[in-house]
Amino acid sequence: MQEQIEQLVGEAERAIAAAADLKKLDDVRVHYLGKKGLLTEQLKQLGQMEPEARKTAGQIINIAKQKLQTWLDARRESLEQAGMTRRLEEQTIDVTLPGRGEQPGGLHPVTKTLMRIEALFAQLGFETAQGPEIEDDYHNFEALNIPAHHPARAMHDTFYFDAHTVLRTHTSPVQIRIMENREPPLRIMAPGRVYRCDSDLTHTPMFHQVEGLYVNTDVSFAELKGVLDDFLRNFFERDLAVRFRPSYFPFTEPSAEVDIECVICSGKGCRVCKQSGWLEVLGCGMVHPKVFENAGIDNEKYTGFAFGMGVERLAMLRYGVNDLRLFFENDLRFLRQFR
Amino acid sequence: MKFSENWLREWVDPKISTEELVAQLTMAGLEVDGVEPAASSFSGVVIGEVLDVQPHPDADKLRVCKVSVGGEPLQIVCGAPNVSIGMKVPAAVVGAVLPGDLKIKKAKLRGVESSGMLCSARELGLADDHAGLMALPAAAPVGEDIRAYLDLDDALIEVDLTPNRGDCLGMAGIAREVGVLNRITITAPTIAALQPGSQDQFPIHIHATEACPRYLGRVIRGVNVKAATPLWMQEKLRRGGLRSLGPVVDVTNYLLLEFGQPMHAFDLARLDRHIEVRYAKTGERIRLLDGREMVLDSETLVIADATSVLAIAGIMGGEQSGVSPTTQDLFLECAFFSPESIAGRARRYGLQTDSSYRFERGVDFQQQQQMIERATALLLDIVGGVAGPISEHTDQNSLPACAPIHLRRKRIQRLLGIELPDTEVEDILKRLGVALTAVDDGWNAIPPSYRFDMSLEADLIEDIGRIYGYNRLPSLRPKAAMQGMPMPEAQASVKDWRDVLVQRGYQEAITYSFIEPKLQQMVDPGHASVALANPISSEMSVMRTSLWPGLLKAAQYNLNRQQARVRLFEYGLNYIKQPNELLQEYYLGGLVCGSRTPEQWDTPQVDVDFFDMKSDVEALLATVADSREFTFSPDRHASLHPGQTARILRADVHVGWLGKVHPELVAALELPEDTFLFELAAGPLSQGEIAHFQNISKFPVIRRDLAFILPQAIISAEICDAVRQSAGSLLQDLTVFDLYQGKAIESGLKSIALGLILQDSSRTLTEQDVETVLVQVQAALNAKFGATLRE
Repeated sequence: MQEQIEQLVGEAERAIAAAADLKKLDDVRVHYLGKKGLLTEQLKQLGQMEPEARKTAGQIINIAKQKLQTWLDARRESLEQAGMTRRLEEQTIDVTLPGRGEQPGGLHPVTKTLMRIEALFAQLGFETAQGPEIEDDYHNFEALNIPAHHPARAMHDTFYFDAHTVLRTHTSPVQIRIMENREPPLRIMAPGRVYRCDSDLTHTPMFHQVEGLYVNTDVSFAELKGVLDDFLRNFFERDLAVRFRPSYFPFTEPSAEVDIECVICSGKGCRVCKQSGWLEVLGCGMVHPKVFENAGIDNEKYTGFAFGMGVERLAMLRYGVNDLRLFFENDLRFLRQFR
Repeated sequence: MKFSENWLREWVDPKISTEELVAQLTMAGLEVDGVEPAASSFSGVVIGEVLDVQPHPDADKLRVCKVSVGGEPLQIVCGAPNVSIGMKVPAAVVGAVLPGDLKIKKAKLRGVESSGMLCSARELGLADDHAGLMALPAAAPVGEDIRAYLDLDDALIEVDLTPNRGDCLGMAGIAREVGVLNRITITAPTIAALQPGSQDQFPIHIHATEACPRYLGRVIRGVNVKAATPLWMQEKLRRGGLRSLGPVVDVTNYLLLEFGQPMHAFDLARLDRHIEVRYAKTGERIRLLDGREMVLDSETLVIADATSVLAIAGIMGGEQSGVSPTTQDLFLECAFFSPESIAGRARRYGLQTDSSYRFERGVDFQQQQQMIERATALLLDIVGGVAGPISEHTDQNSLPACAPIHLRRKRIQRLLGIELPDTEVEDILKRLGVALTAVDDGWNAIPPSYRFDMSLEADLIEDIGRIYGYNRLPSLRPKAAMQGMPMPEAQASVKDWRDVLVQRGYQEAITYSFIEPKLQQMVDPGHASVALANPISSEMSVMRTSLWPGLLKAAQYNLNRQQARVRLFEYGLNYIKQPNELLQEYYLGGLVCGSRTPEQWDTPQVDVDFFDMKSDVEALLATVADSREFTFSPDRHASLHPGQTARILRADVHVGWLGKVHPELVAALELPEDTFLFELAAGPLSQGEIAHFQNISKFPVIRRDLAFILPQAIISAEICDAVRQSAGSLLQDLTVFDLYQGKAIESGLKSIALGLILQDSSRTLTEQDVETVLVQVQAALNAKFGATLRE
């Protein structure tokens, strides 16, 4: 009897070890421990034995059963683990292959620049305003203290529709429209397209400007300097030198042009700054008394400053673009560079 | 305005280098555009005297000259036709280096030894003239270096003057600025009144005193117009950018450069009876000095005699009455024409002269007496003759008023942001020529007659700031009230739309607002456009009424550059002409062609279709409202495929268009067949509503799918509407999950499969509830469209 059991256990041990998968393992289990399994059959024979022998045989069989069960469990676990490992191997992919679906596009560099300028001034409480691009002569010129035949008109190369209607040559008319309709204090940004009848390597007949206006009871030129110093340094993220050079605009008095230390050569002199070390980036000044008067603002009560900048120029300096015309060709190979 | 540094230093000589001077001018608002040497670099050229000229034995055109340059006479072979005995010329001696790095060595020319070279003005880089040797005055000291003699070590400084600084269009004005900036005095040439040599006068009648408040004339008889302009004057003119054109014109041009005073000299013999200053009669003609004939209008001020127009006042003289080689007697004109009477006129005739440039910007109206005296003195020196007395016609009332300006101490501080000592303010303004009287709170200031840009307090403050130095002013941060600002949550803006489109693979484009009329007409014939009167080219001559032409062109541009997948959008104004107004409104437009998704190893490459773009449009609409607020209705648009065009409406307000580009248009533009466009008006897309929470039902949803067979022409929107109306309040959602035409479906019919999602907020639905809804829906669709349930 004991020999027989031991033989069975030996066979079972080999069968369990040889079971290649869970199905075969289960067959082994059924073969030995199932209802009609070989060990189960041995148990059934216990009834015919003497009580003493039955007890001994019972113990032997039970020990054998436990052994088998332990081996089965261990084998199952190992097979399961192997199965999982295999499945994981089978499911392994090349994670370096590109993902599926749409890739993001991008904003135009002029838009990016505009948004950056607007955001920097929004921090100071400047709100954005819009005005028409097809503008009347009054708002584009007269109200800004540029009467007909004024030599400054020659600098503007205006596009006309008729004697009284033009494509705005600057964003400054928005100043007037705002001041006509609102009371100070005013902190306004006016971004947008402007037009000049000029087209060559360094001029496109359409470009973008941002106009800024601050009117309050005691605004000074020193504050204009402060605001623009901060803006330029923050825009370029550099502690660059900024200088204010006297200039002339009919709608500001005093007027200044603002130069920054060349961002290409750090002021050493290069082709971009024409060896001067300086780049002109802005025009600005204190709002001219006649402009206040034209817009119905009390010149004694309020003072203000205004400034205007060319967006393409700033974008070119910021991103190192070397040809203005690229901005309006809409070449995807260009546009994709500004994500 | 270009000027010679050495000439400036004759007036005012601050102890600063050229570089410092240039920086100083730029920072005072006289922006220096460039600095160049007055003469090309050369060396070893001295003044030589031609002692002898002999023919060359072997060359017809060459001469063998003996030239004294101080020591032993040199033998120099020369090819210039004008070489003659006794002539003083620039001689480049052996070892000299001429412009262009030409080294002068001892050489043999056709067998004759030559120890140097006699030079023309062109060979020294001084002029374009190469008619012959540069003739120097007889008094030129033999052997002196020509650079020293002609003062050639000089810098030419070009300033880019702003239109308000007409006062700096002459050496006097530049010198005044430099004097103020360095706080030193300037030395002007002394001008003495001349004792007339005769009583000869020519009658002058001013018929337009407002335009010409001051006119001075003088007769000078017996001049020699063949006299040579002195070399120093020729050089100053050259350095100021003017050519020497004979002594009389040279003198008037010299005054132009020196004091910014344009003058004109007439040939007295050509003048009929008198001078009159008046406006032209419409249609009057004049042949100008440059040979062009002009037909004048009645807004043009002219100088005329009894019979004809002699000159366009302040702009250009006429050919007929100008100084010619036969001129013997002169009538010299020195006037002040008001800027208003000259402004714009020159441009109208396509002219821009040194004279009009100055009069437009304002010429000192008090200097004419002095100027005519100075010109007379210079002329008599050079061309001789006898001068009559000055005839002056001045209308004091028409001269510009130098009205006193009240300048307040406090205002200076308020505007500049700095408190300046009175002495500083006074010093600056006085040096600029402003007359000051102290008053309680500041000064009464009378601006000088040459500053046409000084009439307000702010103008004076600008000059104070400018001369003090903008960069010495403090840089301060403004203080303002901390005011909160509104932030409308329900409003969508271009920022949101840009985000949506960028995430969906679109690149933003910026195209020109003006386009080709043909393309405008082809793409958007339904809208009237406005045209520019002076377009830059015909391709950019009408304002766009749609964003599509620009996007189509941009797509074409990229397709021609191997970019097969194009997704572009633009945001900007369209300009639409209406019967009584011009609309300028913002639109958002997009174009797509090429594959649906970027090429990917596991994604089949399929071309985009209508529903790809529709999903982009739906995403845009979703920035502002539930998609149910918008309807897409089949419609027609000239540039879209008639079977694939949707008009987008919000309630009954037009929002925009979406569709496939018309096959004819894609063919014309050579674009791919499957190109799609959308355009949405920003206005109706901006305003949304604040989200409002609704309770979430705790009870299960039940979905029932129904497929109907009905006529093909019935659009899904109608079917869905009918379902919604008939299903009642239990219907929570409705989807179209399949559409089928073809086998097993009779031609002319289609099968549409709908998923109805039903739910109640207060109880679990029973089978009976669901059945009731389905029966209602079937009955309604059957009644409305003859729809039958597909088995």
